[in-house]
Amino acid sequence: MPITYTSHEQVEVYRFSAPAAILIPLVAVFLQAFVPLRLHFFAIFDLPLLVVIFFGVARRNPVSGMLTGAAIGILQDALTPSLPIGVFGIANTFVGYGASSLGAKIDVDNMGSRFLVTIFFSIVHEIVYFTVARGLVDITLHWSWSHELGSAFLNAVLAVGMFALLDRFKQRT
Amino acid sequence: MEHLISRYRNLTILTILLFAQVLGLAIQVKRSSDNTPTRLIRIWAVDAVTPFEKGIVWLENGVRNLWRGYFYLRGVRQENRALKQQIEQLQIERASLNQDAEQAHRLQALLGFKERYISKTLAAQVIGSSGSEQSRSIYIDKGSRDGIKPDQAVITADGVVGKILRGVQDHVASVLLINDQTSGVGAILATSRLQGVLRGSPTGEVVLEKVMSDEAVEQGEKVLTRGGDRIFPKGLAVGTVVKVSPGPELFLNIRVKPAADLDRLEEVLVITDEELTEPAEAAGEHLRAADILAQRLPSIPDQPAPSNPNAPPPPTFGLKIQPPPNRQAPTPSAVSAAAKTGQTEAVGQASADRSPAKPKPTPVLASPPRASGDSRSAPLPSEVQPDSPKAQPQEPQPQPATEQPPQ
Repeated sequence: MPITYTSHEQVEVYRFSAPAAILIPLVAVFLQAFVPLRLHFFAIFDLPLLVVIFFGVARRNPVSGMLTGAAIGILQDALTPSLPIGVFGIANTFVGYGASSLGAKIDVDNMGSRFLVTIFFSIVHEIVYFTVARGLVDITLHWSWSHELGSAFLNAVLAVGMFALLDRFKQRT
Repeated sequence: MEHLISRYRNLTILTILLFAQVLGLAIQVKRSSDNTPTRLIRIWAVDAVTPFEKGIVWLENGVRNLWRGYFYLRGVRQENRALKQQIEQLQIERASLNQDAEQAHRLQALLGFKERYISKTLAAQVIGSSGSEQSRSIYIDKGSRDGIKPDQAVITADGVVGKILRGVQDHVASVLLINDQTSGVGAILATSRLQGVLRGSPTGEVVLEKVMSDEAVEQGEKVLTRGGDRIFPKGLAVGTVVKVSPGPELFLNIRVKPAADLDRLEEVLVITDEELTEPAEAAGEHLRAADILAQRLPSIPDQPAPSNPNAPPPPTFGLKIQPPPNRQAPTPSAVSAAAKTGQTEAVGQASADRSPAKPKPTPVLASPPRASGDSRSAPLPSEVQPDSPKAQPQEPQPQPATEQPPQ
């Protein structure tokens, strides 16, 4: 699973149609809000986070990634009434920025790199979320490395398949 | 400055975005104590998502209902038909089991009765009846091959049913019920110890005849078999007195309700061999019959010594005394004692069918053959045997003066 360092000129930049750019995050947020009602184990996944990572590494534009992450994060916060709006937003903004920045420097279009990138940004997301929730909102959260690593691993596995599906919506620039 | 911003544009935007969100968080946290209304972004988000959720739930319910209401019910009609057939089958089986259970209860009662009174009986199933009010008889599923013989008693746990008629076939026998007008059973009232003949009437009622009109018979008194007719064992329940009225001539007309439900007979017991199990009988093997009779007749006052030792013996009313099977022959003293008790009447059922028994020759006896309220006055029936079931009781012979009770 090579993670090759490429020049900016060698990296392909993708864009998405407006409907895809709008509907894919909405569907992800919707599924994240609805599916765990039927399948409780699905709560361990974070589909909006995966969408943020996917859009970030595909567009390779940090500003776009940040804005996408912020928007999806705030939408997630809006559907989470127990939390103030902004916790997921800040975490996903970080992730969007990092994913798009990383995608601009390395080729993350293969399965192995996607798997590792997803694991990495899942942990980053949890760290930021934990920090913000505990430091700014004063929400007592229990940190468990095993749980976070397990969750990151499962999200990475899911991301491999999901990214392959979302690749169909890519449009070459 | 502009160069720095353009150089670090991405970080600058990131900082702005993060600062804006942190600021928004700080505002929310500060206002969290206030009763702030729900933020519009939440309302919009919920309004944007919930329709899809409702649609999915509706679709889910629709699919579920479609599955449960149609696809899942494929074959239900056939299954329903099969279940109905099964229910009908089970109902039939239940009815059969109920009948078996009721039959088991009845047979259990019969068995208990058998163990208490009679040792050798044969259970039989009632398979038919005469179907005529003029002849009240039933058919049972046991015959000569099973040991059924004419004149054997037929009973239930409740009481006497009748006797076996002649013409017993190999596997079928007919039973003459006690409420048939040609039937007759020697009976005794349980309390007053009055004896009579139980007969059926044309209407199917059972009447106790040959009880003198000057006797006091109370309603509700039990009627038992008297024994001695070599058909019915002594002491079997026959029925209960339900009505007492003056009858023809000097006798009472006592209507008796049979103890056995003669209209609903299903299983009966045929007494194939009578074995009395009373302790006195069991211990009486070493006693003479006369001694037994003497013990059972305490109310009979001692007879005065005959003035003439050569006087003739008391009459036996044409009956000869025969030893019962498997028993010791009674001694002559027993014969004389039996004659004293007046039990020589010993109305056999068959004989009662032909001609009513004559009134007991009570004037001849030193005292009535009963002791009111004393059950021990009951005679030993098996010691007295008519000449034959068809034997007609003879008229009492004139008695010598010495037999008159002392004035």
